[in-house]
Amino acid sequence: MKELVIISGKGGTGKTSLAGCFAYLAENKVLADCDVDAADLHILAHPKPFHEEDFRGGIKAVIDPEKCTQCGSCREACRFGAITEDFAVNPIACEGCGVCFHVCPEGAVALEEGVNGRWFLSETRFGPMAHAALRPGEENSGKLVALVRNQAKVLAKDRNASLILVDGAPGVGCPVISSITGADQALIVTEPTLSGLHDMERALKLVFGFHMPVSVVINKYDVNPEVAERIEAVSAQAGATVLGRIPYDPQVIRSMVQRHTVVEDGDSPASIAIREIWAKLEPTLLS
Amino acid sequence: MIISVASGKGGTGKTTFATSLALALGSKAQLLDCDVEEPNCHILMKPDLQTSETITMPTPVVDMEKCTACGKCGEVCRFSAIVVIGEQVLTFPEMCHGCGGCSLLCPEGAISEGSRELGVMETGFAGSVEFVQGRLRIGEAMSPPLIKAVKNKINPNKVAILDAPPGASCPVINTVMGTDYIVLVTEPTPFGLHDLKIAVEAITALTVPMGVVLNRSDIGDDEARLYCKEKGIPLLAEIPHDRRIAEGYSRGEPLLSSAPEYRDLFLQVFDKIEQSVNTAHAAAKETLS
Repeated sequence: MKELVIISGKGGTGKTSLAGCFAYLAENKVLADCDVDAADLHILAHPKPFHEEDFRGGIKAVIDPEKCTQCGSCREACRFGAITEDFAVNPIACEGCGVCFHVCPEGAVALEEGVNGRWFLSETRFGPMAHAALRPGEENSGKLVALVRNQAKVLAKDRNASLILVDGAPGVGCPVISSITGADQALIVTEPTLSGLHDMERALKLVFGFHMPVSVVINKYDVNPEVAERIEAVSAQAGATVLGRIPYDPQVIRSMVQRHTVVEDGDSPASIAIREIWAKLEPTLLS
Repeated sequence: MIISVASGKGGTGKTTFATSLALALGSKAQLLDCDVEEPNCHILMKPDLQTSETITMPTPVVDMEKCTACGKCGEVCRFSAIVVIGEQVLTFPEMCHGCGGCSLLCPEGAISEGSRELGVMETGFAGSVEFVQGRLRIGEAMSPPLIKAVKNKINPNKVAILDAPPGASCPVINTVMGTDYIVLVTEPTPFGLHDLKIAVEAITALTVPMGVVLNRSDIGDDEARLYCKEKGIPLLAEIPHDRRIAEGYSRGEPLLSSAPEYRDLFLQVFDKIEQSVNTAHAAAKETLS
């Protein structure tokens, strides 16, 4: 079984659109949407959950005003400025470290486990999928990503799947690191802009830290063919395989509005390019 | 005044909007790039960076001479950053949140604090616009403390414009918290709308006034407009898809260089934001008195 993670560095380069196309084209796979704070793959995949659970990723401190003598020990010890003027806990600032609980001489602080999100196992029109929704504004997205990845693995074993397709998050921080961990291969989707190039270089550096093969796809390459060439040169030099270029194609958005992937809607230029990319990628994913 | 620019979905035009708003305001503006995982404002603004400061987080260092392996530190740490196994104490600095609990609560005073590098914070000027950015070290998972360091540089005498990261989780909340207005930049597509809804849900609890800028407003469908209308969120501006702007951006040109005729639109958006902030401040004063 192989695990392919799709990331981008820069947001909005087409990760989820491409992941949706691969989900349509690939056989015998399980999907994992690991962009848990802005998950979009379900919009294309139309999941029907057969199992769902709350995600409890962390704790928050709560002060009992009856027991609190306002001595100030908690506020002095809290490094996150989470204790308010009137000795309550600001849940947004609270890091869940529990230091206030330990220093309070009155035992007035309780640590409560909160629900940070919900995760799902679903049947979709592309096959089984593990996905989640972090509660808007919550933390611990890295833990939820790890949970989704692990659930996808269990699902893949159950169904005898040969491939796990992971749709990752933008950036290079906590959720991205968590989505790369344990993958066999990474694919970076970028765009031919100086920002796309800059962010891809950072993503490449991150992925190489994990010692896994990485390939690059340039979306909307014709917006700036010169920068596209630079991206190819930088990728090749770094040891990444350039898998292909996708042209700017208004059909991509038209298909998205229909909740389709572009490869389902005829032979538009993007559809042809994506099928060619998949034909090159698929053999590398056979275990 | 502090204006943050967020979006939910990535790649909708946050940085394009934030940089051109700063350029339209000129010396009145300070631009702070809080998307520390992938900071891109510098590509468009080409600032002259004058200072660079390494931002660190405190992590535990155990003095084994004093340590009795009592296990207190491992029991206190909620992040598995310090673990006691038999007579040994293992630290995992990359897991540490810097709460200081282990060093504070060690009965032997055996734990002091070292540091882990989170990234750098740089300051300078891009023409007349004051400029600040954070760059997260590659491999570092925790961006919020670096975002806080960037925000500590907010100049109260200027219109501070904060370019937020995409998404709707803690790095975004850390950026927009305490700002006077949140601009949400989106595009009228199913992905754009879905992520806009998540962003609105995440920030509603902060009770900061917000408005939406619809970028590439002539692609996709009408659902985002209908959503804003239904939720009573003001639509500050619509910017249609324009190949000139996209190509300029690809070369690292700000929108106002590729399409200078948009200058007035940015100034009008600023006026709308200022009015809305003034109204909110007046209402807050009224509640207090």
